[in-house]
Amino acid sequence: MSKSRTIAQRRAIWAWLFLAVPIIYFILVRFYPTLDAFSISFTEWNIVGEKTFVGFDNYVRLWDDPVFWIVLSNTFEYLALGVPISMLLSFIIAYYLDQVRFGHGFLRACYFIPFLTTAVAMAWVWRWFYQPVPIGIINMALGQLGIVQQGFLRSTTQALPAVLAPAIWAGLGFQIIIFIAGIRAIPTSYYEAAKIDGAGAWQVLREITLPQLRPTIIFLTVISSIGFLRIFDQVYNMTQEGEGGPLNATRPLVLNIYKAAFEDFEMGMATAQTVVLFTILLIITIIQLRVLRK
Amino acid sequence: MRLLIAILFTLTVAGPAAAVEIEYWQYSYKTRLDAMDKLIAQFEAENPDITVIHTDFPYAQYRTKVAASVAAGEGPDVVQLYYGWLSDYLSAEILQPLPTSEFPHSEIEDEFFPMVGNMNVKGEYYALPTAVRSLGLFWNKKLFRDAGLDPERPPQTLDELVDMAKKLTKYDRAGNIIQVGLTMGPINQDHNWWREVLVRQFGGAPYNEDTTKVTYDDKAGLKAFQYYADFVLKHNVSVVDFMDKGEIAFKAGRAAMHIDGSFVLSTFQRARRLEWGVTELPSHNAIKANFSSYWVNGITSKAVGEKKAAAEKFLKFITTNQAMQLWLDDVGELPARKAVAMRAENSDHPLYGAFIRGLDYAYTTDFYSEAAQRKTVVDMLDRIVLTGMGVAESLSIAAAEDQKIIDEGRIE
Repeated sequence: MSKSRTIAQRRAIWAWLFLAVPIIYFILVRFYPTLDAFSISFTEWNIVGEKTFVGFDNYVRLWDDPVFWIVLSNTFEYLALGVPISMLLSFIIAYYLDQVRFGHGFLRACYFIPFLTTAVAMAWVWRWFYQPVPIGIINMALGQLGIVQQGFLRSTTQALPAVLAPAIWAGLGFQIIIFIAGIRAIPTSYYEAAKIDGAGAWQVLREITLPQLRPTIIFLTVISSIGFLRIFDQVYNMTQEGEGGPLNATRPLVLNIYKAAFEDFEMGMATAQTVVLFTILLIITIIQLRVLRK
Repeated sequence: MRLLIAILFTLTVAGPAAAVEIEYWQYSYKTRLDAMDKLIAQFEAENPDITVIHTDFPYAQYRTKVAASVAAGEGPDVVQLYYGWLSDYLSAEILQPLPTSEFPHSEIEDEFFPMVGNMNVKGEYYALPTAVRSLGLFWNKKLFRDAGLDPERPPQTLDELVDMAKKLTKYDRAGNIIQVGLTMGPINQDHNWWREVLVRQFGGAPYNEDTTKVTYDDKAGLKAFQYYADFVLKHNVSVVDFMDKGEIAFKAGRAAMHIDGSFVLSTFQRARRLEWGVTELPSHNAIKANFSSYWVNGITSKAVGEKKAAAEKFLKFITTNQAMQLWLDDVGELPARKAVAMRAENSDHPLYGAFIRGLDYAYTTDFYSEAAQRKTVVDMLDRIVLTGMGVAESLSIAAAEDQKIIDEGRIE
């Protein structure tokens, strides 16, 4: 390096040198495959042979495929149920957990453990919970209470929420920790001032806690939306042979992509669906950021 | 035996350094892995210049790994695959044809069971089985006795199957089934039982001669499907996927009868306190039918030059009579060569016998996509059980879906 450079310039060069490593990594491992997926989606390709360009054929096939529309609506159902339920639950738990002094650490650990547990193992345990009598404990409990046995995973209407429940449960620990951190970060002087002014608990929650948590809420909404839109492990492990049944009732987009790519070896169809998923994620994230930032 | 293997192994390792290394892949299943290790040790002793690396993956990831790795020019030289995946593997160009010099067509056609003909695509054989499987009816002798039935007399006909299933079902006070008469698992082996056995027994055929047209959407198919669905709809003697999987329910003594392949023999043999027998599938209208499936071994497109030669040698070795007898003794899967299967000690065997006799009248489905076509049967039953659709309507939808899969498969 020539001596004519200023210290500031030299610093910038070093900074860029260090940054180059992750940037190159991201370009090679993230951006390039993403861009490549766009081009593959216009071809017919079985992973091994030559790609043949087919234009928008894959997208037209998707449009005409009734299963794709079921899958798409399932994906949005996971999102529409998963995000509000998990956000509400985790906020309530975090709000009260923050006020608990006795056994706080232990309780927090209890909520966090599912997040650390392998999704596969957990999915299988829940799969057995949901079985009919004589082995499913939920149905056995219902039977004791004199309630009719429920289909759960063997019902076209109950299967999706049944699969979603362990997914929400598993993600709860993470959301609670972030909420608690957010709540703790609110300056105590605000609360003290409110106390002096004689504000009630509800008012404090509405006027101070929730507005102050806005960045936390934005972050969690975006992260959990992406998570629910990409749900896979639970469905793959809780449905018979990972098919997302019964009658496609639980099949999400990512599972459909996986099946197209690695069971039917139709990479074009699979990447076309990833492009759809990418677009949905992009639009939803932009909308959420706009709405919540106001 | 172990000492012998150890000695052989040491000899192989100490052998000439100019060795060819080939990779063999199969999915993880303990008895198969052990049997293959034995075969590899024998093979390496006979061919000290070849080393076989034996790799296995859980079944769930197996196909993905094979597809991805062969695509990248990595992975196995000799690969095990389910016969129903052949067309997928061919369209993915994973396999190369077997050379007629090493595997003469006349020999394959004379000595193997006829269903191996499915491995011949446009005049080339692509893979050969070590073992074949067929279906049998398992029954729990203790539950038969408890129900006042003769524990040594399983049902012989479809009508008897229904009658006995009724006597063998138990309910709790709320009317929920807590012991099924017959397991129902279309996603496991029942879809094969329905397609190749029941449809034929009711006078139909699942597909036309060259498997280009679905032919079960007719009276015979309807009767066959009605018969199958009635175990749930009318007789109330079964629950679909009871205890998650029929095999589990049977093993736990919660299912009196269960239709499954010869490959579950070892699972049930290991189950303690389970008193069971296995017999040929029940007949109907004096028609006997069975479904046969098999895993085959093929040479991947990745193997070239001396690796290809070594792979051919290895494939030849694992499809010999001796290899098949070892596979039967150790894994419990039926020999693919008639001469081995029909040895008296095999065809009269109390456990294997029923399956081997079944091979005589077995059919093999020429799948275009096994997973997708299986799903059409699973959904066909779910539509009527879960959404209350009529049997005939559901059958027609399934036939149309199946036809679509066939049509799309043929274009490729």
